[in-house]
Amino acid sequence: MDAKDIYADLEKQFPGKVSEFKGEVLEPYLSVDGASIVEVCRYLRDSAGLNFAILSDLTALDWPKEEKIQVVYHLFSYSHNHQIVLKVDLPRANPKIATVEGVWKVANWFEREVYDLFGVIFEGHSDLRRIMLPEDWVGYPLRKDYVEEEEYDGISTQRAPLVEKLLR
Amino acid sequence: MNETAQVEPGFFAEEMTISVGPQHPSTHGVLRFVVKTDGEVINEAIPDVGYLHRSIEKIGEKVTYHGYVPYTDRADYLAAMFANQAFCLAAEKLAKTEVTRRGEFCRVIACELNRIASHLISVGTFGQDIGAMTPFVHALRERETINNLMEEICGARLTYNYIRIGGVGYDILPETCTKIVEFLDHFEPIVDEFNRLLSGNKIFIERLAGVAVVTKEEAFSYNLVGPNLRGSGVKWDIRRDIPYSIYPELEFDVPIGTAHVGKLGDSFDRFWVRIREMQESCKILRQCLKMMPKGPAIAKVPRKFRPPAGECYARVEAPRGDMGFYVVSDGSEYPYRVRIRTGSFTAMAIIDKLSKGIMVADLIALIGSLDVDAPEIDR
Repeated sequence: MDAKDIYADLEKQFPGKVSEFKGEVLEPYLSVDGASIVEVCRYLRDSAGLNFAILSDLTALDWPKEEKIQVVYHLFSYSHNHQIVLKVDLPRANPKIATVEGVWKVANWFEREVYDLFGVIFEGHSDLRRIMLPEDWVGYPLRKDYVEEEEYDGISTQRAPLVEKLLR
Repeated sequence: MNETAQVEPGFFAEEMTISVGPQHPSTHGVLRFVVKTDGEVINEAIPDVGYLHRSIEKIGEKVTYHGYVPYTDRADYLAAMFANQAFCLAAEKLAKTEVTRRGEFCRVIACELNRIASHLISVGTFGQDIGAMTPFVHALRERETINNLMEEICGARLTYNYIRIGGVGYDILPETCTKIVEFLDHFEPIVDEFNRLLSGNKIFIERLAGVAVVTKEEAFSYNLVGPNLRGSGVKWDIRRDIPYSIYPELEFDVPIGTAHVGKLGDSFDRFWVRIREMQESCKILRQCLKMMPKGPAIAKVPRKFRPPAGECYARVEAPRGDMGFYVVSDGSEYPYRVRIRTGSFTAMAIIDKLSKGIMVADLIALIGSLDVDAPEIDR
């Protein structure tokens, strides 16, 4: 099934929740309403014609100008060999969305990574801790306006330019 | 022994928390498990990753497209070629750049050599973790030959920076092609020797058969990819099912787990898939060397590479499975966002679940059989 048919199917199933189908771009994606993401994902996984058993990737994009963070889901189906991209827009000041851990187990780690690097809160997540960075790290590095602290635990994060270092 | 000294059924000792890693010989790089054990039996093994986090994704936003290729090498140093290729595929898709035909052949040859090298490390260290020292030395000896070949092809032994946007950096010379054929003639019998030494070894089989079984449903839910997925009996290979490059023109089998000695999806099945994949790679290499056309190795690509605004997700079949690069362009010289999705990351996520109730020694077998690679998890 190609992206257009998947969109038509979802539109019928969840009227008003799935919008803004972008088919003319390189990779078609659907914008999904944040509040119904879990239902949409569960339907995509369980419906026989769609059967998206795989969450290939879950990540986020930061758009400071539009004041939003987009959570991006890449779904894939081995049995039908088709894929779809879902996007959810969240307000940048307070990004919160329900976890899809209950649909695909692997979301647990993907969501922890997005929480760690973007600061998106996944509600209902069983173990929402930082995964890559230490627990006491300040800030979310993959946000566009992230500025590194000058030191972490007394260790400087700045590095003198190499030439200066050699002259010293 | 008298009756009272025996442990009664249902008797539980005090739970002990021990730390395996970050500096542990069997953790393949710097990663750590917080293991809660009851004697020899693991109650829970919580993976603690991030020791090798170098923020390669953030670096991607600061350098140009051409300049980012060497950084992708560092995502997985055992299979750098595949990260090169995945990123270049994404960039080419965005800018609609054509790759020259000879370039495609050079890519596949380099990648398949790299796949053999990576699998050799995987099966070699796997044996070593379990206590078989000799096969490791044999595997590394063969890998050394591949490293020499790689050095001839691209001048580097580990971080290649060989695949560029539009093709490859250097053409493969006819002398090198002869050497690759010589290597294949030498290597194919070595696989049989390796099987006699390790795969058919009774102790090795007993350590792996039936240990840490992953069912098909679990593999789907945890998104296991590559040999780990195929070990559970799913015939799925991106080279065959979402073809890229020249793979549709080549003939090769996709080996899957067959419950050879134990249950379907156990540690041995995953190991056995890798051994057979090396043989398939040899087949692919022989075909490529025969079919290789003449022509330029790289297409003309502007130095100021500016793909139009858009996004794409490109995947390749790396030795640790589906490696995906999600690249978003805003039309400028720098990528807006680069996301690297790796096979080891998802393989690591399943260890927590599989480790419940197995022995401490089996945890080592489990880590080895999933072939997780710390730099690839952390990026």
